[in-house]
Amino acid sequence: MKLFITLIFTIFLIYSNTFAVAGNSSTDEIAKYRELLADGNPAELWEMRGEELWKKKIDPKSVSLEQCDLGKGPGIVKGAYVELPRYFNDVNKVMDLEQRLIYCRKNIQGLSHEQAVKIPYGSVGNPSDIEALVSYITAESKGMKMAVSTKHPLEKEAYEVGKRFFFYRAGSHDFSCATCHSADEKRIRLQELPNLLNKADAQKTYTTWPAYRLSQGEVRTMQHRLSDCLRQQRFPEPIYASETITALIMFLAKNAEGGIFDAPALKR
Amino acid sequence: MPLPLSDKGILMKKILIVIMVFAVMTGCATATVETDYGKAMLSLLKSEFTSKGPATVERMLNQDEVQKLCSEYPMVRTEEMVSRIQDSQMKTVKFPADGNYLGDWKKGEIIAQNGRGFQSSDPIGGVNGGNCYACHNITKSEISYGNIGPSLNNYIKLHGANDLVIKYTWAKIYNSQAYTACSSMPRFGHSGILDEQQIKDVMALLLDPASPVNR
Amino acid sequence: MPSPMRIRAVLNGETVEVKVLIRHDMETGLRKDTTGKFVPSHFIQKLTIKYEDRMVLDSVMGISVSKDPFLSFKFKGGEKGGKLSVTWVDNIGDTRTDAAIVS
Repeated sequence: MKLFITLIFTIFLIYSNTFAVAGNSSTDEIAKYRELLADGNPAELWEMRGEELWKKKIDPKSVSLEQCDLGKGPGIVKGAYVELPRYFNDVNKVMDLEQRLIYCRKNIQGLSHEQAVKIPYGSVGNPSDIEALVSYITAESKGMKMAVSTKHPLEKEAYEVGKRFFFYRAGSHDFSCATCHSADEKRIRLQELPNLLNKADAQKTYTTWPAYRLSQGEVRTMQHRLSDCLRQQRFPEPIYASETITALIMFLAKNAEGGIFDAPALKR
Repeated sequence: MPLPLSDKGILMKKILIVIMVFAVMTGCATATVETDYGKAMLSLLKSEFTSKGPATVERMLNQDEVQKLCSEYPMVRTEEMVSRIQDSQMKTVKFPADGNYLGDWKKGEIIAQNGRGFQSSDPIGGVNGGNCYACHNITKSEISYGNIGPSLNNYIKLHGANDLVIKYTWAKIYNSQAYTACSSMPRFGHSGILDEQQIKDVMALLLDPASPVNR
Repeated sequence: MPSPMRIRAVLNGETVEVKVLIRHDMETGLRKDTTGKFVPSHFIQKLTIKYEDRMVLDSVMGISVSKDPFLSFKFKGGEKGGKLSVTWVDNIGDTRTDAAIVS
């Protein structure tokens, strides 16, 4: 009798698995492939270089970034990213990570503005210090919950400005961010589109940037992703480390509140 | 209850008056200092973007009436607004002067596959594509298609191919908002993305019985 | 000076599982840059891994391996605390050696 029950149960399990497999779309298979690829993420090499750069004393002042205040106090890197963008008292404005790094590179390390923003996006033969630093700093927030504040009036303003920009339709194609990112289960060609107004999608998306992008062979930040969206929207180019991008990042980061940070990740 | 007239009472009355005046002043102050976030956003766009290639700051800043309304009311719109938008956009549709609506479906397929044109990374004066496959299922053989728009596969079977359908399809491609206010679909003819011949070729992809869409 | 590798070596029962992540452009020489010129080839030709004095992996790489290669393999006979040494040499003579301890 026991054997008979076991047999029936096993057959049931086999059939239930078959139904699950039959339900897989091509996008599910892509997701499986990505899970297998996640081991050996080259972003770890960027994290290593970023940690070196954070601790390295450079000219002209022979000072490292170790006194840079990313919002939790000078030198505190752990958990800093999940609270950015934030209001900084010393400059009386809201800054995202890249704006804050530029500030520290100038004010603590004595770099000129030109030197501090040099090579924001790396390419073969031209590695980006900023991308490496962002990789290291974001890795130090891995496993922590997104916790961006909009309490300060300037933080609230950044959020509201970002929100209005999200819905701003313009240019030859009438595209706004919302054109592609305000409905569930949509995709362009075979690339799935997160609904950034839906909390679960916003969390999943925001917490996986920066990422080593296989199509670029580089670690790319959220700033790069947003600039590239704007290009495809037929918008002109934002200056690097603009307030507009910070406002948009604020909007997205706040929408992702509570999400567990899991970057640097691996993407196509 | 009347306030006491002792010295302590007069002092308290003065303090009370000061507090009340302060409260009224700050109340007024908060009302006038409230930020216009839309204005703040536009001023950032003005100062932080640079024109590149065919993508200009001027075009980005000069939203037309439809872009303004659809930005202000992205999710919910009144019936009146919907009719107003659709009527105004229908008026922009230019039908082909020679009365011929169908071009070459083979060229139409190339236009549907081409996602370039008007980006800051594209050359000025280059050939624009329609990028139709980004959002639509069109031919059976192209499996890499999006789902933002409805399927156009078997177009003639779905819609027929009479005069009304031909005119509807033309107007829809020329200015999709003639039928759907605030549509996500670009206004290919009205915005100058595709020229008349290109639209004829895309029409053929959908409405030529010999096109793979209909076979 | 080429960038450091990341090496992880873990003993599971009788086998050591090794994972190596390498920072290298692995240019095939067939790619064109934005001006239309071929980007010169620059790729790892030989990768060797030693455990203590013993060679445990001797491989020939080429242009079919993509940028920032990741390699994973297993071998028997390793112990916790043993030393692994990874060396690569590329087609222009650059080389890099990094070490790791089996944990």
